[in-house]
Amino acid sequence: MAIIKGTGIAAVNYPTGMNLGGDPSQALIHATTTGNFFISLSSTDLGQGLKTVIAQIGAEALGVPFENVLINTADTDTGPHCMGTFASRTTHRVGNAVVQAAQEARKVMMEVAADELEVSPDDLETDGQGNIRVKGSPDRSIHIIDLALAAHFKYGKTISGRGIYMKPKSDVDPETGKMDPDSTEAHACTVAEVEVDTETGEVKVLSLKSAYEVGRQVNPALVEGQIRGGSLMGMAHALYETTQPYYPAVDHMPGGFSEYVLPGPMELPEIESVVLEYPSVNGPYGVKGVGEMTANSPIPAIVNAIYDAIGVRITDLPVTPEKILRALEEVEI
Amino acid sequence: MTEEKLNVVGQSVLRRDGLGHVTGKTIFIDDINFPDMLHLKMVRSPLPHALIKGIDFTKAEKVPGFIQALTHEDVPKNIYTILCLIGVGPDEEPVLAEDKVLYKGEQIAAIVAETEDAAMEAVSKVKIDFEELPTVYDVEEALKPGTPVLKHWGTNHFVYEGHHCRRVRFGDVDKGFDESDHIIEGRYQTSPVEHAPSETTGCVARPEPDGRITVYTNTQALFFTMDNTALILGVPFQKLHFVGGTVGGGFGGKVDVIVEPIAALAAMKTGRPVKYKFTREEEMRVSSSRGAWRIYFKDGVTKDGRILARKITTYADAGAYNRHTPYAVTKHAANIAGPYNIPNVWIDAYCVYTNRQPSSAMRGFGVTPASFALEVQMDKIAETVGMDPWAIRFINAYRNGDMKPHQKVVEDATLIEVMQAAAELVGYELPEKFKKMSSLNREEA
Repeated sequence: MAIIKGTGIAAVNYPTGMNLGGDPSQALIHATTTGNFFISLSSTDLGQGLKTVIAQIGAEALGVPFENVLINTADTDTGPHCMGTFASRTTHRVGNAVVQAAQEARKVMMEVAADELEVSPDDLETDGQGNIRVKGSPDRSIHIIDLALAAHFKYGKTISGRGIYMKPKSDVDPETGKMDPDSTEAHACTVAEVEVDTETGEVKVLSLKSAYEVGRQVNPALVEGQIRGGSLMGMAHALYETTQPYYPAVDHMPGGFSEYVLPGPMELPEIESVVLEYPSVNGPYGVKGVGEMTANSPIPAIVNAIYDAIGVRITDLPVTPEKILRALEEVEI
Repeated sequence: MTEEKLNVVGQSVLRRDGLGHVTGKTIFIDDINFPDMLHLKMVRSPLPHALIKGIDFTKAEKVPGFIQALTHEDVPKNIYTILCLIGVGPDEEPVLAEDKVLYKGEQIAAIVAETEDAAMEAVSKVKIDFEELPTVYDVEEALKPGTPVLKHWGTNHFVYEGHHCRRVRFGDVDKGFDESDHIIEGRYQTSPVEHAPSETTGCVARPEPDGRITVYTNTQALFFTMDNTALILGVPFQKLHFVGGTVGGGFGGKVDVIVEPIAALAAMKTGRPVKYKFTREEEMRVSSSRGAWRIYFKDGVTKDGRILARKITTYADAGAYNRHTPYAVTKHAANIAGPYNIPNVWIDAYCVYTNRQPSSAMRGFGVTPASFALEVQMDKIAETVGMDPWAIRFINAYRNGDMKPHQKVVEDATLIEVMQAAAELVGYELPEKFKKMSSLNREEA
């Protein structure tokens, strides 16, 4: 009886967007006379930070400060259609729609600024601080509040834009399975280090060290949030979580958190990661979906690490102490 | 990599709603209450498979605070399937059970009452006469002749354009096996898993003076839920107004359309706001879980580690109803062969019904079980051919320009790059040839 260490790896891909496409999302942008830009959506924020990330994309594409971009979501009366938040799709789909809407709004913004500054729109640039200025002559500029007031009261123009992103629906060939399921693919590789107690069958995950490739990070802290949350969820799936512990039997179903085993702070492993950026062909600023993928690579990496430690391959999740002890018993006999 | 100059994309700006979440100030469904609001609780099946012979509300109606009971007869379009909006059919799930139930916990009748306690008490007093039926829980058993048939079309599997399963056929696996030095098989099983969101699924439906219904909901997909609700209720779309956007954890558990149609119906029937929110027990035992998958691999591999053929038979346990599982099986079929370049692939992926609470979407839908199975299988292959687990993956890794089994050309591949970066992160010294490899081309190092 001993505590034995093992290491395992897993490398995975994860598709961005609803499988087969056909999942459009729209965005509407309008400036008010306050110089703020409202982005109207009907997308939902599940806690992953969509409202923040979309404001960043909107601010970048408009060329205005992040603080001046407000998100109005989600209301089916005021927000244009969004398919929903799932399939690692919203930053990609909604982000693309916002970029398109921002380009239309920005065009009007630059035209009004050009009239006010008596130059051609091509001679103008945004400084990202709230000013539109003449290239090479930063003294000649107009602030977005003055610009928004001028557009509305002087020129009778709306600074607004419409955006939609849709990957057309792909049909599956029923004979061969030929299809175009995704917009792009993100990737991850996790190295798990575990310790298996052969007396109790318990597994302790010492570390999960991973590399992710996500196209472009819009907000690295929020990507890190997905990584840490996903790593822990993957670990929980590998070792603890089940609503039917003796599947396919249905007995022993938990009915609350006192009966459903989730890892807590004591089980938290060392989580370390690097994030690579290879911009995707079709994501806004090259983004790929990262949300779901982060839970996937830890599971096989942990199972492979357990095998590395004790020489038994448990292929039935979750890998509970009971399964480990039973498998070890068989080996010893 | 592009060298585009960016101002705010790429910056870790503080998330705007974070402070509200961590200080408990964000408004969630439990914070939405109206003075005349009623509560809805569900009468559920205590049996996994049974005929309903009769329902008696007599005692329930006498509970102080009881307002109304709703059964399938009150639901205009009671039989639905959520994915009808993307062309998946046929309809097969009742909003409220009609003559039978297919899983323990299935919704049979809604009780609307003045308080939660009154609603729960009335629920406990509803008497239902059942005739128990035999059950099936195992996905492979379910496909055998002689097992109880759960679906009106006569089988326990979803039908994909006339086929028993979602098929992928690429190259010639038998030829690939013949040319292989090793045949490596594996059986993998995942388990149902709870989404475990902080906030349970719920909504409040409020009749407005203008005749519309406002539904405050924590759905992950507002229009999808509203459109399904309108179809179920048989009302014009403009009658509904859905408000949400802030969800206390989704993970896929809030893309089914369960609470909204019945709460909206109750609001229409009573003329008062109605809240229907799952208890933690309902969230765990009744609402959809992550599905369990059983996956069989058979790989043909050369002695130098090249995978020549991969044959996969896989079964998704949908539980009693479709929900989103038919979709997941296709997504699974597109990903189960893995991020590897394999010339011959054969996949049969089944969506199977059992007498279990329905499974549905969860983070990594269809792909999480695929990644688990195939990455454990990759280690098994490495061991069989006597190769390092890193090496087997580098040798077979897909690269841009390769053809996937579903006949899409690979682009945006970076499997090799993440493996190189992970090896470096943990201080594992890769052989020079793997360090030099790139996803951008097929040149061998």
